[in-house]
Amino acid sequence: MATSTSKYKYIACDPAKCVGCQLCEYICSYTKNGDYNTYRSRIRTVRAEEVLITAIACHTCEDAPCVIACTTDALIQDPVSGIVRVDPSRCDGCAWCIEACDFGAISINPATKLAEICDQCETLEEGPQCVKWCPKDALELTTPELRAQKARRKLASEEALT
Amino acid sequence: MYGYSGKILHIDLKDKKDWIEEKPESFYKTYIGGVSMASRLCWENIEVGCDPLSPGNPICIANGIFAGTPVPVGGKYGLASKSPLTGFIGDSLSGSWFTIALKRAGWDGIVIHNSSEEWVYLFIDDDRVQIRDAKYLLGKGTFATEEAIREELGDDQVRSATIGPAGENLVLFGNVTNDGRQAGRTGHGAVWGSKKLKAISVRGTNGVRVADPDTLMKLSFDITDAAQGPHTSKYRLLGTSTNVLNMNKIGLLPTRNYQQGVFEDAELVSGEYLDEHHKVKIIACAQCPIACEQMSAVKDGPYEGAMTGVEYECLYAMSSNCGISDMRAAIRMIEICDHGGMDAMSTGVTVSWTMESFERGVFKKEDFKCKKYPEGFEPTFGNGEAGVTLCEMIRDREGIGEMLSLGTKRASKMTDEERGSETYKWAMNIKGLENPGYDARGLKTFSVGLAAGVRGGCHNRSAAYDPDIKGVVDRFTIDDTRGEVARDAEEYAAVYDTLPLCKFIRRCFTGKADRAGAWPMIADLINATTGWEFDYDDVDRIGVRAHTIKKAFNIREGWTRADDTLPYRWLHEPIPEGASAGCVISENELTQLLDMYYAAKGWTNEGLIPKDLLISLGMEDVAEEVGV
Repeated sequence: MATSTSKYKYIACDPAKCVGCQLCEYICSYTKNGDYNTYRSRIRTVRAEEVLITAIACHTCEDAPCVIACTTDALIQDPVSGIVRVDPSRCDGCAWCIEACDFGAISINPATKLAEICDQCETLEEGPQCVKWCPKDALELTTPELRAQKARRKLASEEALT
Repeated sequence: MYGYSGKILHIDLKDKKDWIEEKPESFYKTYIGGVSMASRLCWENIEVGCDPLSPGNPICIANGIFAGTPVPVGGKYGLASKSPLTGFIGDSLSGSWFTIALKRAGWDGIVIHNSSEEWVYLFIDDDRVQIRDAKYLLGKGTFATEEAIREELGDDQVRSATIGPAGENLVLFGNVTNDGRQAGRTGHGAVWGSKKLKAISVRGTNGVRVADPDTLMKLSFDITDAAQGPHTSKYRLLGTSTNVLNMNKIGLLPTRNYQQGVFEDAELVSGEYLDEHHKVKIIACAQCPIACEQMSAVKDGPYEGAMTGVEYECLYAMSSNCGISDMRAAIRMIEICDHGGMDAMSTGVTVSWTMESFERGVFKKEDFKCKKYPEGFEPTFGNGEAGVTLCEMIRDREGIGEMLSLGTKRASKMTDEERGSETYKWAMNIKGLENPGYDARGLKTFSVGLAAGVRGGCHNRSAAYDPDIKGVVDRFTIDDTRGEVARDAEEYAAVYDTLPLCKFIRRCFTGKADRAGAWPMIADLINATTGWEFDYDDVDRIGVRAHTIKKAFNIREGWTRADDTLPYRWLHEPIPEGASAGCVISENELTQLLDMYYAAKGWTNEGLIPKDLLISLGMEDVAEEVGV
């Protein structure tokens, strides 16, 4: 099972701030593929209801289920960053990783038939481009523990004020 | 070509066939996209003189030049048909995913011909077109229809433009909804309904390619950044509903069917009140970094659970304009319109006409019999439940709703013929399209923009309220500059409506919204997208051409100068109190204003377009048909 207690960083979205503009998807597809195609984005905005909106990318689970499910050992998780990388020489596009992912964060590129997973723009100095572009600062690169700490601090300051 | 595919998709609903029309680059350079290209497609494909609800009236959709790119607020499209309300061009804009999906499916626009025998919806799956059974969707609201189609097709990335029950029932101000946004005005829902077309659904899986992505990314990032600052705070924080108090202060907030310009309970229906008591969340259209849609909910009372996006135009129409000070009833009325798929502005102004007609004794309680109130009810101003019930009756064409669904122009004519009344004196429409939330008696420049407006009573196309309210000109008097001021405002708006870019971005290019502040960067955006070499003048001409093709359309459909007029009330009854007390527009003033306006446009005094002018705009074929 996926875990929300992963030690790894991932792109987290604050649903209270996300307005559903999809700019993260444009930027991701452009950064990764050179064109604007939200179908090819590795982060996806989701609108479950009119006002229930968020964006989801790879959660970098510990002992990632997608890696375990991969029958060709094409998915390799970096032990330091937790980023799941796809080995194009091994991936056969079977989509088992997609089924294994509890967050719906993996897709298959129809042109290359390869799995595509958020890599936090690890090769770019300025980091994840979706975070840089998000006009509402809804996205951040963080860990579950850092988010929890932030939530506690927020609650504490609110309670101190009241 | 970059930024365009060069292809227009044609679909015939009668013969169930589709074909591709390839357009040359010169076509795109002239008409660009949005309302201009949609109107041009309508010009090319309509059966001239047809009944708007007959098969000869095409549905024309045109994407924007920036749809599917990161250019902020560029995800909008134009929709054009002959309007069943006005008999002239009906051009509307809507934003969000639908147009982006269409662009990614590889189409610059769609033209739908003829009518289907059975209810259908279209599924455009990249380059494949399916005409699918829509019987199971009948009676469903706009949002529910989108969801049902996504479920049927098994893909939550399918984006749909739909009509609701109002469009199915041929409510003349039924509209088209996609992704919670509306192509709201001029009655497109009825046109779709007459063709038995319930929805157009699109899945587009391809990328959009532009000429100079590096430049486009840089420009887009800077504009996105600027859009988080003071230039858009009005829209981001309270949304346009903040205008309620502004308009009330200057005495131009339409109140009780435009009888007054000041509403004593304005505070209770203000954007500020909405924000404090009803706001749930602010959401954005796709591709928009501003986010202005104030999702507002009713938390108690008989309408508990009602929720929809609220902005100024629908709010004034349902609240002050109907004398209603209960925000909860107003939200419910707007929700009925949004889910039922009808224009909340036309609906509100039709409801207020009904209320005034009741208060003046033209209608009686028994005229309002319906399933909910078998004995009828008394729709006085301020009666929120009556407003809610009238909206439902109009949507369903129940009882008197049958007549009201035709709008104030037709309903007043029918009523006056039947009852010998004079309800036309308070039928607040121009050319058949109900008026926006600005009392033009106190906005003299705007009054000519509205009177001459090619799609009738519309603030979005004229936009000349801006110089009036900002004090660029004296709004209480006229002088010989007003023809030019009205022309400039309308052609400025037409640039945005054609690209299209949402006008809320207008200050984010350089901090200044005027032509000098915006056109150079818009030219840069166009050039980075297409590889063209547009300059300031080219951008300016986009608006001139957009307005000209719509005007030419109207002339060909039989427009004459007599059509450019204002509602009886604005020409005869001064505003009774408030900061604009005493304002009225005399026949003489209107005549002078129109003379100035036509002269400023370079038209004849009869409002016709000289051949030379059309040729200079690159519209030779139009010159041949309507030029003088």
